Amino acid sequence: MNFLEHVAKARVLAPAGIPVPRSVHCRTAEEAALAFEELGPCMVKAQVPTGKRGKAGGIKPANSAAEARSVAERILSMSIDGHAVGSVLLEEQARITREFYAAILTDFASRRPLVLFSTEGGMDIEEVAATRPDALRRHLVDIDKGFDEAAALAMLSGLDLGGTDGKVAEILAALYATSGKTDAELIEINPLAVLADGRVVALDCKLTLDDSAGFRQPELSLEAAEEPMTDLERQGAENGLKFIQLDGNVGVLANGAGLTMTTMDVIAHCGGRPANFLEIGGEAYTKSEAALKLVLSNPGVKSLVVNFCGAFARTDVMAEGVVTAWKRLNPSIPVFFSIHGTGEDEAVRLVREGLGQEPFDLMEDAVQAAVNAASGEAAR
Amino acid sequence: MIIYRQSARVLVQGITGKQGTFWTEKMMECGTQVVAGVNPKRAGETHLGVPVYASAKAAMAQTPFDVAVMFIPPAMARDAAIDAIEAGAKTVVILTEHIPARDVMAIHYAAATHHTRIIGPNTAGIVTPGEGFVGIMPGHNGNIFQPGEVGVISRSGSLGTLICLNLTRAGIGQSAFLGIGGDPMIGTTTRDALKALDEDARTRAVVLVGEIGGAMEEAAAEYASGMSKPVVSFIAGRASPPGKKMGHAGAIVSGTMGSYEGKRRALEAAGVAVADTPSEIPGLLEAGLGGSLTHSAAIALRA
Repeated sequence: MNFLEHVAKARVLAPAGIPVPRSVHCRTAEEAALAFEELGPCMVKAQVPTGKRGKAGGIKPANSAAEARSVAERILSMSIDGHAVGSVLLEEQARITREFYAAILTDFASRRPLVLFSTEGGMDIEEVAATRPDALRRHLVDIDKGFDEAAALAMLSGLDLGGTDGKVAEILAALYATSGKTDAELIEINPLAVLADGRVVALDCKLTLDDSAGFRQPELSLEAAEEPMTDLERQGAENGLKFIQLDGNVGVLANGAGLTMTTMDVIAHCGGRPANFLEIGGEAYTKSEAALKLVLSNPGVKSLVVNFCGAFARTDVMAEGVVTAWKRLNPSIPVFFSIHGTGEDEAVRLVREGLGQEPFDLMEDAVQAAVNAASGEAAR
Repeated sequence: MIIYRQSARVLVQGITGKQGTFWTEKMMECGTQVVAGVNPKRAGETHLGVPVYASAKAAMAQTPFDVAVMFIPPAMARDAAIDAIEAGAKTVVILTEHIPARDVMAIHYAAATHHTRIIGPNTAGIVTPGEGFVGIMPGHNGNIFQPGEVGVISRSGSLGTLICLNLTRAGIGQSAFLGIGGDPMIGTTTRDALKALDEDARTRAVVLVGEIGGAMEEAAAEYASGMSKPVVSFIAGRASPPGKKMGHAGAIVSGTMGSYEGKRRALEAAGVAVADTPSEIPGLLEAGLGGSLTHSAAIALRA
């Protein structure tokens, strides 16, 4: 899950003791005008979960209450990278003398937390790595030892930070500590700015929390930014189903991520286009009825392939759900089955007796039939 | 231990739960040597004919084991895995999906310290046809698994099952099935599994079932380039849109990282034959071995 800048700063950075500019979060232009009275000259920043705000005109200065109102009004009417701007953050204007970069992330290859720091803030870190490797420091954390100020200072040695080394080290250590406490998958401060008055502050923050850790971050989870989803995808999520809506016409119902992706691949290989990703593997295998409704609600679907290969998931339980729901919904599109693995005999019997259908032996044949049916439908 | 052997003594953590009970029975039916279970609330009882202990450490003291397999929910998985590691398990098979990343890192850290082999998290387990299995695979189903000479590596349980089924129907048995897990941080990588099968005397060829996301197939390709045993591969996710997690947390393409094309290129450059669809795999294996694969008449008849 991702978080907007104002939540990341107020709920994660500030409580960890990492300095952030004075700010007020505003939902209306009127609130922005009032906030100006408190802050003085400030920046008005669109709160959207994308890094493209600056270039899109989503960050503008305001030097009077009237300007704060008009700038906020304009930004609040914008849509940036597909995200409607729901609120703005007004922040005191800062006189920046230097911009650094700091981040803690999960390094999948070494299975450890990785601390990243660069003296070239404001730039994409991939670009820094490619063009200014000398400006970048990486530290893989030994999780038993942790990462304290002394470790941060050692990591920073040799870089010219203009005497801010101590403050930066303190921030890096605090950032590491809070990343563990909050189950952050990525916490990135870019830029980490040195101000004319000597302060080192986090001017922007990108925060992604581990989706699997939501159960122990209940309060923070409630403040996650809404994921961009279609209505059907949201319905799926509410039912505990991972559904991704695509623009094809062959619906997919399969168990397990690997088998579902493969079913989509074979659809493409047979000259068709998948209409969705929908996985009912793992604990979700009992939800095939809800899953079928979801697939059939996708307006683009012209045919359906049901591909089950039971390992953990029982194909008889999944088939029973599909057959029951199919009879109740009585859809007009054709469906093609391939069923193997745990519970296969009973599952095949259910489909045969319930729907008068004979499952295909090879999934490739079931998929080809579904692709042919969908293109036949489309031609009609 | 990556390849399951019947001599391995197995501890089931969470043995008394619904899934733990169901799959322990299946494992036992299949020949797996389950020697004990763990449930702190039922310590001292007997379940499915084996003693239940309060912890893996307590089990090790009374009923020594080699492999621990976990039927444990995500919130408790870290402590259970570390208990098994500290107890001295040689291998811990972690079936659990959605363990927080910080906990997974702690598990791998403890495993490295104790030289414990971790398989998973989010694996369906490992099967050696004719010997037994550990996990949640239909290892007892003779239509899917038959003893033979082809080793199969898969991140996914369902797709791995389909591929073994296709092999069995083509009369090609398996020396081992190695489910390595769909998570981004797994203990036994594709490369580790490939090396184990390369070193296994019973394995003559390997099927490597990969997925988009990460860089494990690329690392395995590097190893495969030095192998004399033929390797055939299928990579799932060619038609998946970039930037979306496709069910498995590990299956996500960001930028060019983890793309289907990159993996296919790396594997083909290493001399690995890459199948477009799963049903092409048996034919590619036959071609790779020059038609010398031992077919079981019994299997062919059944198919």
